[in-house]
Amino acid sequence: MKTKFTTDTKLESEIAYFENINLKLESGDIIDSFKLAFKTYGKLNTDKTNAVLVCHALTGDQYVAGHNPITGREGWWSRMVGPNKPIDTNKFFVICSNVLGGCAGSTGPKELQNGNDVAYGGNFPSVTIKDMVMAQSLLIESLNIEKLFSVIGGSMGAMQALQWAIDFPDKILNIIHIAGALKHSAQNIAFHEVGRQAIMSDPIWKNGKYFENNEVPERGLSVARMIAHITYLSENAMHRKFGRKLQSRDIISFGFDADFQVESYLRYQGKSFVERFDANSYLYLTRAMDYFDHDETFRKNIEFSHNPNNHLKYLIVSFTSDWLFPTIESKMIVNQLNSLSREVSFLEIDTDKGHDSFLLEEPQLDDVIKGFLTNNFAKINE
Amino acid sequence: MNKINSIRKDWSLIETLIAEDRKILDIGCGDGGLMEQLEKNRNAITHGIELNRDLAANAISRGFNVVHGNAELDLSQYSNNSFDYVILSQTLQAMMKPKDILSELLRIGSKAIVSFPNFGHWKIRLQLLISGKMPVTESLPYTWYDTPNIHFFTIKDFLNLCNEMNIVVEKSIGLTSKGKQFDISESVTGVNFFTHEAIFLLSYKNFEPIKIKSSKKVFAKNSVIAN
Repeated sequence: MKTKFTTDTKLESEIAYFENINLKLESGDIIDSFKLAFKTYGKLNTDKTNAVLVCHALTGDQYVAGHNPITGREGWWSRMVGPNKPIDTNKFFVICSNVLGGCAGSTGPKELQNGNDVAYGGNFPSVTIKDMVMAQSLLIESLNIEKLFSVIGGSMGAMQALQWAIDFPDKILNIIHIAGALKHSAQNIAFHEVGRQAIMSDPIWKNGKYFENNEVPERGLSVARMIAHITYLSENAMHRKFGRKLQSRDIISFGFDADFQVESYLRYQGKSFVERFDANSYLYLTRAMDYFDHDETFRKNIEFSHNPNNHLKYLIVSFTSDWLFPTIESKMIVNQLNSLSREVSFLEIDTDKGHDSFLLEEPQLDDVIKGFLTNNFAKINE
Repeated sequence: MNKINSIRKDWSLIETLIAEDRKILDIGCGDGGLMEQLEKNRNAITHGIELNRDLAANAISRGFNVVHGNAELDLSQYSNNSFDYVILSQTLQAMMKPKDILSELLRIGSKAIVSFPNFGHWKIRLQLLISGKMPVTESLPYTWYDTPNIHFFTIKDFLNLCNEMNIVVEKSIGLTSKGKQFDISESVTGVNFFTHEAIFLLSYKNFEPIKIKSSKKVFAKNSVIAN
């Protein structure tokens, strides 16, 4: 396999092109060529033992730290990744790539179809978490890295980390799995479905062909984001942040303006999301999460893996107020690993910030990630 | 690798009960102090469970395999005989169902190491006798209404339970309140009176493997008598 690398100055990203590779997807569809946009931080050591892959969540991207040219803001996990940060780039070589099906430079519905000057749109094949991980593994291989020290991710990123442990245990040493689950629950699928319906019932969506008239189904996509955003918070956090406080007014309007701060906040979240995310990508990626299900198969996959996986270390973290991926879901993973006597650590962090806690200020999460990485890295280099 | 000195007296005694290169589960492992000692000094593979969130976070940060959880609920997830030793140090008296825990220890581990403060110690007996109030001592420093220790028992009680459950006491070490150490099984009189803290190495009755020779194969099985 020969991979071509370029730098996209506008996206401030490296792009890896995998041409004529005929990537067979889980659905059976084949993508003959694809590209992944990625960023790296820190330096790969001479033995190539310090590579860490960070997997982003549903609406994340490769800009884990530093400047994000799409939003003009700091990367989504810049509080976690950087020099002397918990995932210390003085010590580790951190890689983050935009997932297959994403919209920040990797092949996805927004990108042009191979040998064609129209975008994929709704013609993009269905991708799964397994497909994303397969694509990532090709990227890692083309970077000449035989073994990743760690694969780290929260939410959809945690799904990818778990998939790495299942599919490529021989290529990794440990995973840090934050706010994830063995499966996407019925309730989670339900919320995603409402979001997708919002997008698809926007008349501008036009079966995914909105790009033909240079339009964006803004209303649908922003409603989808508003719904999803509620699921990332918790009742307590919302109450603490907004209560029933009114927005720029002293009395209620007896109308349907954004009277309450919480309404105004959600509208802002929806509006700013539209500027940075592709509606079709949102449909595809939510679907990929919905299809994620290792409930019945995880234990068997780990126990009877044809790739040796006994050496793997797992750090599983959940949050008390996360009702989207509640602690019980994480504990199922821990139970199954413990029943197989695997090296697993588990912590439930006490916080009221909900599912989004992994992106926010949580000192205990910082400590545990930093300590787990540092000490386990020291152990392999002893 | 440098061996490390134990911080607690009972830890160094526990260490003496453990062979090299074994797999160990430490229940109530705190921040991983005993695990560290056993990894360094005994080349053990260690796992731990800790109920306290901050201690568990601390142990994980130090690189140990620790599950933040409750031993009374979470032991069932471990498979039979998945550890060489399961350690329960100074917590049996705080368990809701000590008998169930004891049988869980020996289901998960080939051997169990249990340590506890002896409620039969003379100071405790004297306090109750003279003052008529629930005793408060160095090893049991809580008042009755806010103590985590809900099941008080003496060495005699413990040995009776082991007997009832067909558990064999392989080794037993007593510590006096001055830190003097002795073998419980060898000293007959006054043990229950002078032992401040007791450490037991337990296992189920171990039968010698019976080898059955047939013309072709040799069968070996534990605790089975074939006709």
